[in-house]
Amino acid sequence: MNPVSSVSSQWYMLTVIGNDQPGIVARLTAALFQAGVNLGETSMIRLGGNFTIMMMVQSNNGMDKLQSAIADTAESLSLRVHIDPIEAHLHSHLMPDVEITVYGADRAGIVAEVTGALFDAGLNILDLNSDVAGTEAKPVYIMIIEGHATRGMEPLEQALSKLKNRGIEVTFTPIDTLMG
Amino acid sequence: MSVLEVLTYPDVRLKKRSEEVSQFDDDLRQFVADLQETMDGGPPSVGIAAPQVNRFQRIVIVDVSGMLAQAKQRKRRIKSSNNGRLCLVNPKITRAEGQVSGREGCLSVPDYTGNVLRASRITLFAQNTEGEAREYECSGFEARAVQHELDHLDGLLFLDRLVSSNELFRRQVYKLT
Ligand SMILES: [Zn+2]
Repeated sequence: MNPVSSVSSQWYMLTVIGNDQPGIVARLTAALFQAGVNLGETSMIRLGGNFTIMMMVQSNNGMDKLQSAIADTAESLSLRVHIDPIEAHLHSHLMPDVEITVYGADRAGIVAEVTGALFDAGLNILDLNSDVAGTEAKPVYIMIIEGHATRGMEPLEQALSKLKNRGIEVTFTPIDTLMG
Repeated sequence: MSVLEVLTYPDVRLKKRSEEVSQFDDDLRQFVADLQETMDGGPPSVGIAAPQVNRFQRIVIVDVSGMLAQAKQRKRRIKSSNNGRLCLVNPKITRAEGQVSGREGCLSVPDYTGNVLRASRITLFAQNTEGEAREYECSGFEARAVQHELDHLDGLLFLDRLVSSNELFRRQVYKLT
């Protein structure tokens, strides 16, 4: 997992978008492996029929080499690729202490409303997934948020109860992580 | 007494099955004292299992009282029974019911936590360091801690039981409808 140990190695955020098709992940990661690139934390998810990849990659050969290492794969799969050099560290996870699930009839502004209220109540969002379920005629918005309550649970609970009054279903679950 | 080294994954020894204890002697009691000291000397935890310190015998310590007291101080209520400090030798779960998800981490798996489904109530049979058998009822967080530690005795880590948040949410919603 760690062939790269050079001091000059640099982290990049590799963003890849394309139509979902078989073999994207396998072929892309094979090309990276063959170029001696290290993988870090990644998120790969299908959004509206598009396959999206955000991937921390570490290379000591510079950005151009990284780009050319995956160029053939990207072209043959019609993937759009974007690379940014980043300041990054592994093994520095912040552990979430609260999970909030939200759902309700889809309407404009629901995400901004919820995340705005949570931000004001001191929530530092670590992970957010949202989806639209239901039907075209009656869409339902679903959101799962994990975060760190920087000001404790009370302000969050107050903020969420206000949202409930506005027709948004909210479940608030403190995360008590077992260590053993 | 001494603090023992905690094995961390990918050390393959963590995947080994531990043997029953048959000798209830001073050596066992000395080991349990060391295991306790290791648990107390490490990062805050609610349990530790013998194989985590390279001893492949069916021995675990579980103690959720510190965590529950701390939560209470922060006005947080954690659903849990509290049997105090449990030193369990040759433990066996004889009855399990309910299923609830919760977040787990492990002294042997640094820098990662994940959701795991566990029984919410268990009946447990175990011996103490004198070889005397006893039965315990555990629920909630304590039941989770016992199940996590007992898994170590079978070479299982919480990583073997991960479920995704999305999966859990789906279960929750299906349960409602
Ligand atoms: Zn563990």
